[in-house]
Amino acid sequence: MDLALIAAGVIAAGILIYIVLDGFDLGVGILFPFAPDDRSRNVMMNSVAPVWDGNETWLILGGGGLLVFFPIAYSTVLPAFYFPVMLLLFALIFRGIAFEFRHSAHTSQYLWDRAFFGGSLVATFSQGLLVGGLIQGVTIVDHRFAGGMFDWFSPFSVLTGLGLVAGYGLLGATWINMKSEGETQAWSRRAAIVMGGAVLIAMLAVSVMTPLIRPAIAERWFGGVNALILAPVPLMTALNAALLFYGLFTNRERLPFFSAIGLFVWGYIGIGVTMYPNIVPPALTIWEAAAPRSSMIFALIGVAITLPMILGYTWYAYSVFKGKASDHGGYAKH
Amino acid sequence: MPVLDAEILARLQFAFTVSFHILFPTLTIGLAGFLLFVEAQWLRTNDNAYLRLYHFWVRIFALTFGMGVVSGLVLSYQFGTNWSEFSRIAGPVVGPLIGFEVLTAFFMEAGFLGVMLFGWDKVGPRLHFLATFLVAFGTTLSSFWILSANSWMQTPAGAHIDPILGSYIPDDWIAIIFNPSFLYRLAHMLTASFLTTAIFIAGVSAYYMLSGKHTALARKSQSIALWAVLVLAPLQIFIGDQHGLNVLEHQPVKVAAMEANWERQAGAPLILFALPDSKLEKNHFEISIPKGASLILTHDINGVVPGLKDVPREDRPPVGIVFWSFRVMVGLGMLFLLIGVWGAYARYKGTLETNLWFNRLCLASMPAGFIATLAGWFVAEVGRQPYTIYGVLRTSDSISPIISGTMIATTLTVFLVVYGGIFSAYLYYLVKLIRVGPALPAPEDEADAPEAIQGARPGLIVPAE
Repeated sequence: MDLALIAAGVIAAGILIYIVLDGFDLGVGILFPFAPDDRSRNVMMNSVAPVWDGNETWLILGGGGLLVFFPIAYSTVLPAFYFPVMLLLFALIFRGIAFEFRHSAHTSQYLWDRAFFGGSLVATFSQGLLVGGLIQGVTIVDHRFAGGMFDWFSPFSVLTGLGLVAGYGLLGATWINMKSEGETQAWSRRAAIVMGGAVLIAMLAVSVMTPLIRPAIAERWFGGVNALILAPVPLMTALNAALLFYGLFTNRERLPFFSAIGLFVWGYIGIGVTMYPNIVPPALTIWEAAAPRSSMIFALIGVAITLPMILGYTWYAYSVFKGKASDHGGYAKH
Repeated sequence: MPVLDAEILARLQFAFTVSFHILFPTLTIGLAGFLLFVEAQWLRTNDNAYLRLYHFWVRIFALTFGMGVVSGLVLSYQFGTNWSEFSRIAGPVVGPLIGFEVLTAFFMEAGFLGVMLFGWDKVGPRLHFLATFLVAFGTTLSSFWILSANSWMQTPAGAHIDPILGSYIPDDWIAIIFNPSFLYRLAHMLTASFLTTAIFIAGVSAYYMLSGKHTALARKSQSIALWAVLVLAPLQIFIGDQHGLNVLEHQPVKVAAMEANWERQAGAPLILFALPDSKLEKNHFEISIPKGASLILTHDINGVVPGLKDVPREDRPPVGIVFWSFRVMVGLGMLFLLIGVWGAYARYKGTLETNLWFNRLCLASMPAGFIATLAGWFVAEVGRQPYTIYGVLRTSDSISPIISGTMIATTLTVFLVVYGGIFSAYLYYLVKLIRVGPALPAPEDEADAPEAIQGARPGLIVPAE
């Protein structure tokens, strides 16, 4: 059995779940200052307050998972992206504490509103920098990072950064559309249309630039039968985009959110087939980076037992808070 | 070697971020247990005072939990950014342990925290109790795995280093998880969390006693907290002693540093005060009790105690920090014992509420548990130096090769500023929550807390507009 491939699948799934779940709550933060009024902002905050913590846990699983299954990927990627990773962590600190502090604040509430917005925006942008920097490739010699500290910085990574801001913004807007009513909902639909347009432009630009920065990727995409096998990726992306706008213009509540998730899933699959079989492009493969067999087996058994339970109670936690979010909320019984 | 090279800066950064982080789990582990207890009491007795205690303390729990989450996230990535060689070499062992912490504990805590905080009108009381239980259980499970990983770095077992790869291959996971110092450390830290929390709750309750606010409710929480201190303080001294014997067996040089004992000797004195000097390999201004260290460490007045000079200079930990941290921890442990015993005496006399000096002592001791916990970790971690994996991997060989001192200095400065800022905000809101105090009882409840509180509506806390 190819344990490295299974482990790569587990991590890929974990990161995808992270992107979708934390994506919408980071997106809510990105849109926060643009909401029509304070009542809407309370609704937005309350719609994610019970779940953001669980969503962010998938990021710890991403980092922890890399350390578990691919220690060489972990110990090369993190030094390579030292500054974006630190920026991400600081940003997440600010937005994380904003939830609790805003709740307790009175006159200083505006401060935590800004922390929530700024933190969400910077966290998303630095995640986008990471994605772009990773696609460009990381210099590795003898299983150690051997590049420069600012290798990740390029027009391409800035583009993926901005693209991800639009993408999470779209997830956030369609989430608010599902969880709110009235004026807030109408505003969120307009926001989703703007963000959706920006996402499509960014996806197109990234798709044009990616094969240009690495010729091997052009070969992967367009060489021989590959073009035919990979054809569903752009086709499904287009279909999801069509469903998204159809849903938004016909005032559907759920369809836009799930089409936005679809857009992310197909974009993610696109990046996945571009990178495979490398875990750190251009040359570190999943087999080369893999942990020893005994570590893999121990951790995979743990994943097999706990992951279904985690998915089960995550689903339960979401179902407890299903329906529209209210503009007042709190800890006490009422 | 420059005074502040990359290694020292990376160590300072890790020491700072991990010390900052541990303050919050220490309180949330204990508070989760306290909340579970009062909710169980509420379900059992139907006494709404317990419910009001829950609603009050759960706000402090939530505030603290958020701080723990964000500061913990930093650590899970810092291993990679600053300590990539450690991650590459020890990742196959430490990685799965941390992975299990995420899988079994973090998701459970995070998943049910939402229900615990916001689910009162969405699920029934029994289901809510289950959510509280699972959050509390999650915090304990989390300690289990992270302390296993930490203990393995102190007393590695069950794995060998592959000579070709230069990294660890695990052989026996049971031996890794239950490595020789693990159960002692787990018991010591869990007890520390509960004791720290009990002292903290006693301090908050004492504040209400002294200011004459919410006294009926504070009497209940103070009673629970002081019973806990009375049991936990002596228990912790016993566990600490057992743990010390374990350290003596596996990390004798650490014990030599704790005691500032330079020469291996029989009938070693217990040093009460000294300024250890690593250069001259001796102590200045030493005040000691003859044969005391031998008695405590070997339970025999003529037992042999290891000395720092047993190993070469470069294999010794910084003596002063370990020596003094240990004394701070033990001294505060004695203070907690005093609080427990005095509290029991005042309870017997019926003067718990009115005894001014006792309540002042409780109030002043509010941060003492945190200081003791930090001091204990300083002993454990600084005492492990100059190794990250004791006796195997040196700290200087664990650091990321590419990262420069300037970069670490930059991020360290940002950490100091950011953590300083958010810690001030945390304290500000903590004090605010405590000053406002528990919400008033609903009209149908017995009127036991008549003071009006401006801005707090019974049973409903709305975000400030």
